[in-house]
Amino acid sequence: MPSFDVVDLSRLQFALTALYHFLFVPLTLGLSLLLAVMESVYVMTGRTIWKELTKFWGTLFGINFAMGVATGITMEFQFGTNWAYYAHYVGDIFGAPLAIEGLMAFFLEASFIGLFFFGWNRLSKIGHLVVTWLVAIGSNLSALWILIANAWMQHPVGATFNPATMRMEVSSFYEVLFNPVAQAKFVHTVSAGYVTGAMFVLSIGAFYLLRGRHAEIARRSITVAASFGLASALSVVVLGDESGYTAGLNQQMKIAAIEAMWETEPPPASFTIIGFPNRETETTRYKIAVPWALGLIATRSLDEPVEGIKQLVKAAEQRVRNGLIGYKNLAQLRARHSATIPPDMESPIRDLGYALLLKRFRPDIENATDDQVHEAALSTVPDVAALFWTFRFMVGFGFYFVVLFAIAFYLASVRQLERNWFLQMALWSLPLPWIAAELGWIVAEYGRQPWIIDGVLPTFLGASSEPAGNIWFSLIGFVLFYSTLAVVDVYLMVKYVRLGPRVTAAFARGRPAPAAGRH
Amino acid sequence: MPPIDYAVLRFLWWAFLGLLLIGFAVTDGFDLGAALLQPLVARNDTEKRLLLNAVGPVWEGNQVWLILGGGAAFAAWPPLYAVSFSGFYLAMFLVLAALILRPVAFTFRSKLEGVGWRRIWDWAFFVSGLGPALVFGVAFGNLFLGVPFRFDETLRVTYEGGLLGLLNPWALLCGLVSVAMLAMHGGTWLALKTEGPLAQRARSAASWASIVLVALFTLSGLWIAYGIHGYVVQGTIDPTAPSNPMDKSVLRAVGAWLANYGIHRWLMIAPALAYLGAGATWTLLRAGRSLPAFLASGVAVAGVIATGGISLFPFLLPSSIDPRSSLTVWDASSSPTTLFIMLVATAIFLPIVVAYTGWVFRVMRGPVTADELERDGDNLY
Repeated sequence: MPSFDVVDLSRLQFALTALYHFLFVPLTLGLSLLLAVMESVYVMTGRTIWKELTKFWGTLFGINFAMGVATGITMEFQFGTNWAYYAHYVGDIFGAPLAIEGLMAFFLEASFIGLFFFGWNRLSKIGHLVVTWLVAIGSNLSALWILIANAWMQHPVGATFNPATMRMEVSSFYEVLFNPVAQAKFVHTVSAGYVTGAMFVLSIGAFYLLRGRHAEIARRSITVAASFGLASALSVVVLGDESGYTAGLNQQMKIAAIEAMWETEPPPASFTIIGFPNRETETTRYKIAVPWALGLIATRSLDEPVEGIKQLVKAAEQRVRNGLIGYKNLAQLRARHSATIPPDMESPIRDLGYALLLKRFRPDIENATDDQVHEAALSTVPDVAALFWTFRFMVGFGFYFVVLFAIAFYLASVRQLERNWFLQMALWSLPLPWIAAELGWIVAEYGRQPWIIDGVLPTFLGASSEPAGNIWFSLIGFVLFYSTLAVVDVYLMVKYVRLGPRVTAAFARGRPAPAAGRH
Repeated sequence: MPPIDYAVLRFLWWAFLGLLLIGFAVTDGFDLGAALLQPLVARNDTEKRLLLNAVGPVWEGNQVWLILGGGAAFAAWPPLYAVSFSGFYLAMFLVLAALILRPVAFTFRSKLEGVGWRRIWDWAFFVSGLGPALVFGVAFGNLFLGVPFRFDETLRVTYEGGLLGLLNPWALLCGLVSVAMLAMHGGTWLALKTEGPLAQRARSAASWASIVLVALFTLSGLWIAYGIHGYVVQGTIDPTAPSNPMDKSVLRAVGAWLANYGIHRWLMIAPALAYLGAGATWTLLRAGRSLPAFLASGVAVAGVIATGGISLFPFLLPSSIDPRSSLTVWDASSSPTTLFIMLVATAIFLPIVVAYTGWVFRVMRGPVTADELERDGDNLY
């Protein structure tokens, strides 16, 4: 078993590099589609200002895209470098969507991104438009496959344990593909990306209008961003991720933790808007709740209960005991070199993962005491207070985006965008979609703890048996390297935003533009 | 159960992993080679931009061969992915650092005017080419020696070596083979895609690299025949058994890595292609025929990699401290279902990928010129 500092350092490194990668992904998702929309308007109307627009936002897209690609490679490598046992244990299922992502989506996106920049003079109008659309489709398909893989970590369907190979193997690829959690996640995540892209365009457009520069380009950009943003913000909020949360025991645990719902309530459960959850006393103080709301959101019914944390811990304890039987069954099967599981052993071996939670307390888990079994069951409760608050901030931002884009949409339709209060509001909202998206990932992945694969493999068992020194080295390396790149990236972005559309063109051609350095 | 035999599926996935590696080396290899030749062949800012833009439109798509290689190893050979990535931890980190620098260097370099700014990114670009070329060669070389890892009974891998252990003379020789090979390939691409003194220097660098490649490749062949203990599976191995590496025993013997060529003589075609390709590259470059030279260079690259892969077969990753733990084609794959599903996905999508990649290369055909930089600079690197 890997030592605990190796596990914690690897988790920290994965969290930091994933959160960093996701600073660039949502903008790629949203802006690629916005570029395709803008260029479609150019091709349909034939007005060159829309081509200017596409090229200008394309330059900023390019800077962001490079960072997205650079930081994405880290993610694919890390499953192997830092999570070797995880890679062995579930590679049979988890590897497939990652490989198909490369084959079907990333190849498409990466092959045509070159033509997007280099092809303006070599392709027909329609030809170039097709290329731009293919880039947008590629990046969105990419998100689909990655989220199918991620959803399987949250809700591992279509797989069974094979005692001969000591790993999970696929039993139904169809179930993996059409995992309900994957569908909810995909819609939610790409919509969040579209909101980010729309906010980027809206805020920078507002910046130009506030400065009285590039008004033609800014107004058109804001109009596109406002309608696109409003639709996406509504989609994020209405088609929230919650639809997936009733899918399994651990998803139920996550929603109970998010709501700090300690006890099962008579259905339909109430929704706690705010309060102070306390893990020690297993209560939430000073809470303000809306009756019925949670039951309706989570189960979409009036009579299905939403389970509370205490009840879920009891259920988990049952599964730890059952899993211990499975652990002993497995030893017998392995002694017989058997690759198939007899029917009477199926249920215990399905709960093997719960028994493995005991490895945290002792290596010879078959001798675990009742107290240790209870401790193991308690360890299935994620960090309630952290989830409670991150979720509420994320949702708060979500509703704010709906309001902001609704205002933008209204002002754009009545052609009264140049209002100082609105432009200020739009400008300063720029960082919010990124913050909301990162909070969303914290809810999803920190909320999955203590599991690396929900109910199947505890996180601490998934790590590589690596010397801690190596991980310190890479972790410090990433922090220094990524921080430097972040500074350079933001500097370039700001520089190019300040230079603005037409100046950008002259500047990058290799001649210092007249406007350079004046702002 | 899928309609294809497990042994056949495993063999196809071994071949496909090799194909991906060759795809990567033949396409992204010239991007890496061009980058590592940059200080040698590009003398001023215009030439450096020409070099960047000679690979600029296609490098990003080319790199996906590597990403897909990683994904395919994960999906089809999970133990190989787990052992190699965690075992080569620090080496992987170095490759990663180089691969992170590369897109950024391309995109950022020409965005600002400052001499210092451009010099930093030029340097980063060079490192992003040389680093992976060298490390991949060194890592591949270590496969022949075996790598110090073992499995426990739950198939958890422990690795008992460090970065320095990888830097032995044999592996460094393999690293140099890789650098020479990609320098030749990158140089021929630049000869094809640029004009004037830059193209002239690239042509000359590629000719030299092809000679060095032939010399080092020969040296490594002799070394492997007489100086290295290869690995042999003892007894028979059931090619359709569940993937558990611990169910076999393995011996070591000098020259064992050449055994496959003794059994199937026609396999000698792989090293023959490496020699013929390199020789043809040299000759065609002399004759000033850049496109055929580039294709010949691609053949040489494929030949070198195929030679290595065939020598190792059926081993994927031998273990030096516990030979039984070695990963082979017959005991380190995914389940038959996963191999079959992935095979279907590949059969559908790979031809589509090859088709549109070909189209992209066709649209971007012809040399990059200083005139084009001037005219269309805002869209180029």
